[in-house]
This record gives sequence, structure tokens and C-alpha cells, in this order.
Amino acid sequence: MGDANTFIGKPAVLEGLPGHPAVKAILAWNPEALTDAKFDRNELTLTIAAEQIRAAAASVQAAGYNFFEDMTAVDWFPASPRFQLSYHILSHSFKERIRLRVLLEEASPAVESITPVWPAANFYEREVFDLFGVRFEEHPNLRRILMPDDWQGHPLRKDYPVEGYR
Amino acid sequence: MTDVAGTPILEAPLAEGAKDQHMVINMGPQHPATHGVLRLVLEIDGEIIVRIYPEIGYLHTGIEKTCEAKFYQQVVPLTDRVNYLDPLANNLCYCLAVEKLLALEIPGKAQWLRVLLAELSRLNSHLIWLGTHAMDIGALTVFLYTFREREDILRLFEAVAGQRMMTSYIRIGGLSMEPPLDFLDRVQAFIRIFPEKIDEYSNLLTGNPIFRNRLKGVGHLSADDAIALGVTGPPLRASGVDFDLRRDMPYSSYEKFQFHVPVSTGCDCWARYEVRLVEMRESVKIIQQALDGMPEGAVKADAPKIVLPDREKMKTQMEALIHHFKIVTEGFAVPAGEVYQGIECGHGQMGYYVVSDGTAKPYRMHMRYPSFPTLQALEVMCKGRLLADLVAVIGSIDIVLGEIDR
Repeated sequence: MGDANTFIGKPAVLEGLPGHPAVKAILAWNPEALTDAKFDRNELTLTIAAEQIRAAAASVQAAGYNFFEDMTAVDWFPASPRFQLSYHILSHSFKERIRLRVLLEEASPAVESITPVWPAANFYEREVFDLFGVRFEEHPNLRRILMPDDWQGHPLRKDYPVEGYR
Repeated sequence: MTDVAGTPILEAPLAEGAKDQHMVINMGPQHPATHGVLRLVLEIDGEIIVRIYPEIGYLHTGIEKTCEAKFYQQVVPLTDRVNYLDPLANNLCYCLAVEKLLALEIPGKAQWLRVLLAELSRLNSHLIWLGTHAMDIGALTVFLYTFREREDILRLFEAVAGQRMMTSYIRIGGLSMEPPLDFLDRVQAFIRIFPEKIDEYSNLLTGNPIFRNRLKGVGHLSADDAIALGVTGPPLRASGVDFDLRRDMPYSSYEKFQFHVPVSTGCDCWARYEVRLVEMRESVKIIQQALDGMPEGAVKADAPKIVLPDREKMKTQMEALIHHFKIVTEGFAVPAGEVYQGIECGHGQMGYYVVSDGTAKPYRMHMRYPSFPTLQALEVMCKGRLLADLVAVIGSIDIVLGEIDR
């Protein structure tokens, strides 16, 4: 892995991986929506403009990245933008994984749900809503999933204590 | 109603109970066939299931939050507790993810032992699945047979790790210590008898008309639905999708092993049973290859600032003592970055997403466990079918609540 190429930034990735199917698909669909890109440790990360994530998911799905594997959030408190959503998409045919990334501001974080593209995202988006307080618009059933329904606060946020009485 | 962050808490989507002739009943969380503390809210029309609503979180321990407060090496024992039926796969997946961040090279012997132990762990997981699945359907005897062999596997785990279930044997940079001298012989003795035992289970179940009728044509899941709902592992392959991370995106030198990935187009509980039974036989082949070609050498990477020194060195050499002290008290810094490492465990695709900010503690750790998305497919498999089939379907997708709730 040490000798693998590393490309940081959108221009470097576009130059270094011009033939990558996911990069090609995003560029053919809407080059403006790709705000940043990174190829590090053999993993491709494409940062997508927050309001475009559902369309971006649909376009990589059409390009052969057919399997939604995982989705979660990272809280970069107190930095801004505070929340990062990471979608891991697998391709059964290319035998490769990509990461779509979305950055969200702290004030009322919300993003389009990708459940119309992959119904598998249903539980994952509920989990992120539950533990981070990020809302997913047009989600069929956006309720808490792991914590009790009447719980106050979102435990995986960095300003939520690890131990002690809340 | 809103919470602290001002987010509205939404209402439950379930239809009001007594509409038409539908009845809403509760199954679990203390139901013997739910494999833990799964609660299902069922809407039924007579004996027919109209809708299933899984209510999870009874086992939620916030393990991801705990990981963020620990050093990287302290997380290894926590991972055992997530999927407690397949402990070495948890250790392996986490360690591979951190090793990817560290760009650490693992010695050949450690990689082969990891493969051997991961396959033993898969056998352990499949044996529990087979025993409990058959027991749910009424074949109580099989449980006693599978637990007999599981005991042998647990003894092997005890021999290497000193622990039967929470092994923590695979560590960042290799293994915690050399296996005992007679370990490989004991594994050899076990896999010599094990194929006969699989025949024994198969003789008990495969020809059994009750077992066949309970599973055939029950719990249909098409390939498209399986992919759309994120189903992985044996249920995915039983729906006709030929994908196995061990073969298709190999890790820990799986590319050096020859094995066959069973696929079935039956799409029902019976297909899942057959796929898992063949998988057990393939695991035995992998273990045999690992025993035959076991390389010589160390079981730990040569990275004194990351891997704890041997006990003897620590007691006799000053350098080793210093390293030991530093690792235990301060941990080790991991270069900033984010990685996702997926492996194929007994239930399906497991994945660890680790985000590092360059310190000695993981900034964010997310665990992707196969049972969580597979549970979403339960409704598709059971809708419009009899309530009694639900128990067979839950058994066939082989869920573990520890990994759903984390």
C-alpha cells in the first residue's frame, strides 16, 4: 500500500484517474457538483455538494456502483462545516468501493434522503438522525432507531459527554 | 415534541390497530426464537403477515462512542463484544483497518494464522446458526450435535488466546503471541473429523420432510431486492448473487487460497441452508491449505512503537521496557486519514470505518455489521406469508442482536 498513488484535491484526481468509472459518471452528470476529491490508501473519496447527493448517488448507481454498503457521519466540532456524511458504495462488477462525502453546516443539518435510490439506506439514515441529529428529507420513516423515542440529545456528537449523568 | 437540538421527534408510522380486521401484535423482545432481544411489531390479518416493524436498540451500548475515548489498542477487546459469535472476525476487521491507516506490513505467518482463525470463527458462527435455526423449527437434537463441535472450536480458541469467546487474539500489527506448540496439530485433528460431522448434520436435516417443508419456498428474496436492501453474505449468495469479499476483494492473503464460493438461485430459506452447509465444507478446505502452507517466521510486525514487545524482552531489555511503557500509557499516534475495511464474516460483509485525526485515539469509528441491513429485508421476505414462517425466516438470515444494536 505504501507505493500506491495518492491524489489530493479535485484537479489531481481528475488528472490521475481520468478513466475511473465513478469519476467519469459524476463528470458526465454534473461536474459542478463534485466539490473535492481524494485518492488516498487506495480509497477514492468524492465530495459532493450537499443538495446534490441523491442525484449523485443515482448517477454512480447507473455507472455500476450497485451496492450500498454503509453510511455514517463524522462530527468535526467545533470546525465548520461541522458534519460530514460518508456513504460507502460498492460495485459488484468492478470489485471496488468508493466513498461519497457530504459536508453540512451546524445550523439545522439536513440533506436529501437517498432511500429512493437504495432502500438499504433507510436504517442507516435513521441511525445518523438518532445519533447525530442530521435530518433526511423525504425519508419514509425518520424516527430514532437505537435510542428511546423520548431521548434528549444525540449521543455521537462530540459535545455529548462519554460518561457521567447527562 | 422536540429534543435538545430542536429536532422534532416524529410519531410511529404504524397504522392504528383495529382498522379492518388487522391486528397489531408484539413479538419479543423476550421471545426464544428472536436470537437475542429483537422486538417485532407485527400487523397481521388472521395468520397472514401484513407488515413487520423491527424495533431495535434494546442492546445498544454506545460502543462506537466508547471507542472514541480509548487508545487504538484498547479498542480490540471492545470489538469482540459486538458480534460475540464470530469474535476473531471482529478483531481481524478492526486491526486490518488500523493497519491500513498505519501502512503496516504484517508477517506472512501472522496473515495465514489470521485466515485459519477467521475460518474457525466462521465455523463457530455457522454451527450456532445451524443449531438454533433447526431448534426454532422444532429439530431440537441438532442443537446438541452442533454445540458438541462448537465446544472443540472454543477449546482451540482457548488454547491460543486464553479465552473461549472474547478472544482479542488478533492485535494491531499481528497476533498477541505465538500459538502453543501443539496448536496446529490440534486444528488438524479437528478438521480431520469435522467433514464427517457436517455429513451427520446433513443426514439429520437434509432428508427430513418436516425440515424441508418448513424451509422450501419460504422467505423468498429476489436478487434485486437483496441488493437494494443491503443484504450480504450467505443470504445474498442464496439469492443468486455471486459475490464474496474473500475472493473478490481479498484481504489478509486470502488471494493465495483456493476455495469455491457456493451460490444458489433458490432465493428461499432452503437455499440459505444449503449455501451455509457448503460454506462450512469450504472453510475446512481453507483451514487445510493454511495448515499445509503455514510460513515460518514471526507473528508480529517489526514496529516496536506500535506492537507490544514480548514479555521476556520487556523484562530484560531497557528499550523494550520503554516502548512497552509508552504504548500502554500514551498509545501510539496514527496518521490522519479515513479508511474503510470490509471483510466477509460468518453473517455477511462486516466493515470498519476509522477516521483518525493524527492522535492516539480514533476520532470516529463506525462499524458496519451485516445483520443491521439484513433485518430490513425481513418484511419483504415475510409479507403475505404465514406468521409461523417468520420464525424460520429469522433463523435463516442468521442475525445477532449484539451487532445490530452495537
